[in-house]
Amino acid sequence: MEMLENIIELIRDYWQVFILEGLRYTLILSAIAVFFGVIFGAFIALGRMSNIKPFKKLNKKKAKKGFIHWLSEFNPVSWICSVYIEVIRGTPLLLQLYLFVFGLPKIIPISASNFFWVSVALACNSAAYVSELFRSGIQAVDKGQTEAARSLGMNKAQTMMKVIMPQAIKNILPAVGNEFIAITKETSMASTFFIGDLMTSYLKVNGQTYLALEILIIVGAIYLAVTFVLSKLVLAYERRLNSK
Amino acid sequence: MIQTIDLYKSFGDLQVLKGINEHVAPQEVISIIGPSGGGKSTFLRCLNMLETPDSGSIIFQGTDITSEKVDIDLHRQKMGMVFQHFNVFPHLSVLENVTLAPTIVKKKSKAEANEQAMELLNRVGLAEKANESATSLSGGQKQRLAIVRALAMEPDVMLFDEPTSALDPEMVGEVLEVIKGLVKTGMTSVIVTHEMGFAKEVSDRVVFIDGGIVAEEGTPDDIFNHPQNPRTKDFLSKVLY
Repeated sequence: MEMLENIIELIRDYWQVFILEGLRYTLILSAIAVFFGVIFGAFIALGRMSNIKPFKKLNKKKAKKGFIHWLSEFNPVSWICSVYIEVIRGTPLLLQLYLFVFGLPKIIPISASNFFWVSVALACNSAAYVSELFRSGIQAVDKGQTEAARSLGMNKAQTMMKVIMPQAIKNILPAVGNEFIAITKETSMASTFFIGDLMTSYLKVNGQTYLALEILIIVGAIYLAVTFVLSKLVLAYERRLNSK
Repeated sequence: MIQTIDLYKSFGDLQVLKGINEHVAPQEVISIIGPSGGGKSTFLRCLNMLETPDSGSIIFQGTDITSEKVDIDLHRQKMGMVFQHFNVFPHLSVLENVTLAPTIVKKKSKAEANEQAMELLNRVGLAEKANESATSLSGGQKQRLAIVRALAMEPDVMLFDEPTSALDPEMVGEVLEVIKGLVKTGMTSVIVTHEMGFAKEVSDRVVFIDGGIVAEEGTPDDIFNHPQNPRTKDFLSKVLY
């Protein structure tokens, strides 16, 4: 029973730290990460799916094998985007956070807060995942749609904007919602740099009260409440799309 | 109107077209028949460059559209295409399916495009469905919509890629009727089809493509009643029972 009393007391004394500071920063960080992640991610997806072949003219004999053929089909933009996605998805987020907070300021001499660098790191991380959501969402649209649009004389951009994206967005939006949920939990790693998110509020309150389990239960419950509400929203949105 | 010169196309190691020379005259109706995998559809899809041929030329209204310098979008506006799987735009209403390309490609005003679209939809009996979602239509209705969508661009030639192959049998008739009506107006048409009776009835010329080449061609009477090539005979004996 002592634990329950502790929890009640903690909520009474520190609710501002948990809610006004912790939850607020967690949501702000997630929102920034996903917002810029979606913007960067869209460009990365477009780059990856682009059809830029600067060396195409080298293959005058239309060789179908060998180095010249490979070079003529080489798309540097797509290649860079693929490498970016692989690197981000193949390394731990915590390492990326360290890189942005401790590493990058040494190369890029701007004075910015840890909060700034953590936001950038999360946005860059999210962009890689979101770009793959865009790509799979776009590629899930039937190829016949592109063919129909192009056969009517629509160019690539018109086809993308008027035919493919309106259909792809129905695949993409719920997935981006799930990405937001995932990021909300991943922001907890930002507490490594004590930037005020929910997990940081655990560190703060723990430092003052020397309690652990009780605070973890409170913080965990807040995370759970947020992700639960968000996942219900995504589900409701998906249902609405399917009923149409 | 369209001339293909020595058209070759392969997918990977599989050579699908092995030198096709064909000519489509204005107002001519050509049916392309032949066994599956013989290259009929690939040939048709090359005509508006949905497939890029490996070599050879396609001369459309005096321009070689296989050239990389050509703005293919401009020429595609003059070639309507109807697909086996309809490919109607599911996120748009029936009316919007028809008006999309005229408004954004030809920059027609909404009012003008709507008026033209309603007239066309009326012609194929879909005017009442104008404001419904394209997904609510039956297969036959979708294909009629797809035909109207292509016609709204006022093309000079229509390409039909097995327009009835994906339809339930009871809906084949309504789509063929629409195509027949269109052909009667003098629309130049190239039709890849498995409907032999239909090909016999509407075509000026029947082209039998097998193994990536034109194995035989001639009037419907030539091909269906007096086929010369043993492959044509064999094919027809299988499809006509």
